[in-house]
Amino acid sequence: MARIAFEALAHAYPGSATHALKPMDMVWEHAGAYALLGPSGCGKTTLLNIVSGLLYPSEGRVLFDGKDVTGLPTERRNVAQVFQFPVVYDTMTVRENLAFPLRNRGVPAAAARARVEHVAALLGLTSRLDRRARNLGADEKQKISLGRGLVRDDVAAILFDEPLTVIDPHLKWELRARLKELHRQVPTTMIYVTHDQTEALTFADRVVVMSEGEVVQVGTPEALFEHPAHSFVGHFIGSPGMNFLSCVVEGREAVLPGGQRLALPRTYPPLRGKVQLGIRPEFATVVREGGLAARLRRVEDLGRRRIARLELDGMPLAATLPDGMPVPAEPRLAFDPARLHVYADGWLAEGRAEP
Amino acid sequence: MSKPRDQRAWLLVLPVVALVAFSALIPMMTVVNYSLQDTFGNNQFFWNGLGWFRELLDPATELGGRFRGALGRTLLFSALCLLIEIPLGIGVALTLPRRGWGVAASLVLLALPLLIPWNVVGTIWQVFGRGDIGLLGAALNGLGFDYNYAQDPLDAWITLVLMDVWHWTSLVVLLCYAGLRAIPDAYYQAARVDGAGAWAVFRAIQLPKLQRVLTIAVLLRFMDSFMIYTEPFVVTGGGPGNATTFLSIDLVKIALGQFDLGKAAAMSIVYNLIVLTVCWVFFATTTRGQSEAVREKS
Repeated sequence: MARIAFEALAHAYPGSATHALKPMDMVWEHAGAYALLGPSGCGKTTLLNIVSGLLYPSEGRVLFDGKDVTGLPTERRNVAQVFQFPVVYDTMTVRENLAFPLRNRGVPAAAARARVEHVAALLGLTSRLDRRARNLGADEKQKISLGRGLVRDDVAAILFDEPLTVIDPHLKWELRARLKELHRQVPTTMIYVTHDQTEALTFADRVVVMSEGEVVQVGTPEALFEHPAHSFVGHFIGSPGMNFLSCVVEGREAVLPGGQRLALPRTYPPLRGKVQLGIRPEFATVVREGGLAARLRRVEDLGRRRIARLELDGMPLAATLPDGMPVPAEPRLAFDPARLHVYADGWLAEGRAEP
Repeated sequence: MSKPRDQRAWLLVLPVVALVAFSALIPMMTVVNYSLQDTFGNNQFFWNGLGWFRELLDPATELGGRFRGALGRTLLFSALCLLIEIPLGIGVALTLPRRGWGVAASLVLLALPLLIPWNVVGTIWQVFGRGDIGLLGAALNGLGFDYNYAQDPLDAWITLVLMDVWHWTSLVVLLCYAGLRAIPDAYYQAARVDGAGAWAVFRAIQLPKLQRVLTIAVLLRFMDSFMIYTEPFVVTGGGPGNATTFLSIDLVKIALGQFDLGKAAAMSIVYNLIVLTVCWVFFATTTRGQSEAVREKS
């Protein structure tokens, strides 16, 4: 159990001119459930391996509870890590596999046995305990890997590196729920790497969104949805992702390229760079009258709701088509003004709320 | 519905049958034929039934005693070679570099002994061990050790075992090195996270993953050392006395020295069966775990 802090941390792989992980400062609170979310190659596994000590960062420091552990090897950091693909020790039984991390650290046999049985029950491995690990399927091998990560109760943090990739979809939900349950029972810092937003948003209290080696936002699932700090977060979270419309912002008004004007909830100072208006499809609604003129491209029926794909002043946009509304010939668009955000060069611009 | 039959298809198999017949079946059956007969030269053969086999397997007879002595020496030699070469080979493979220029350099160095013809290996060690001019022999004698492989049976054995270790440990090293390289990094990372020390990593990951290549290494080294002929023939000629007369050397002595074709044929059949049996038993026991796994899955 620990508070994990990064100070000016960065990493460049040898022989590479660019940072795999750009310089950053961050704190992960004790007993938090964090998810590192981002597309492949965004640096999330690099960050995870730096935390576990498998990778030595080229710059900066890692602190566990204020103590510098940057130079400490993995085996002395007291962290558990579960990898993307199952690693089992072939010649051992499932029981011996689960007990391996305990045995290596000299945990007394009786205590180890109790822990192993507890974890096996949690993961549904009890009936398999005395089978040889190498004869099991991929699902069960990955459960063993998970089990070895969970079996120690004294760890500073448990790190999961896309641990459910090889697991069957129906088991995925169940296992994720078990992990969540375990986190509630035994408050341990848990770090969960994934590129799947559903997985991140359901598991974590706080999601760290990464893109191209940079942390673009740390926040609760609601914050990521309602106030994306960067256009990348807007795109990446939600399906479909946030709409971005090029515009010119003049105080409390946005002017679209076609000349249509839109009132904003806040007043903005003059902005530099590429200015965009951000609105989630959930807060953009197709209406019959009022609002802005748009052209309908097509309608997607997602079962639970319908998404209209439109064109607004030549820019593509997804909006909600209300239940029961027939597809209008000349659709108009209404935006929930409180949900409109302004971005300058990708980053959320702060406006002043004035009466 | 009947399938069309064309017996001419057999003709297509004929080349293979002929080849196998000339390379294996006919020589083999000739040996079987000899083993049941006695000859007094001049190409006269007399039926002897299973007489040679009875004599061979009865240690009280001259032939049986001789066979048992040679078999014991050969088994001892194989056992010594395996006991030294396999652990040493694994150990060296574990210490080899994993990346950089050292990889190519050490692999080339290791491969060198494997490229030398058997009789040259024998000659090298024959000279190397000589007390008057050999580097090893003269150095040992200069240091006050009484070393002479031509007269002392123990010295002869030490020389031959050392020679085999020098010649063939590289093979074990190369096989194990290939096996170690095939282990994914994730295993080592997981072991570090699990707090495993070097010994635990070896026992839990490396040794199990080496099982297949070690099976091959043990089989190859057993067969080669059990059938060794050229090198001891060049170095000691089977001496001093009969101290290093292995089965193969004795076989040649009987067949070509005394021209007892019947005895030699019987002996070579038994020799061949021993090699086959040992290899089969070893292979069956080491691969049993794997076939069990296959059965459990199906």
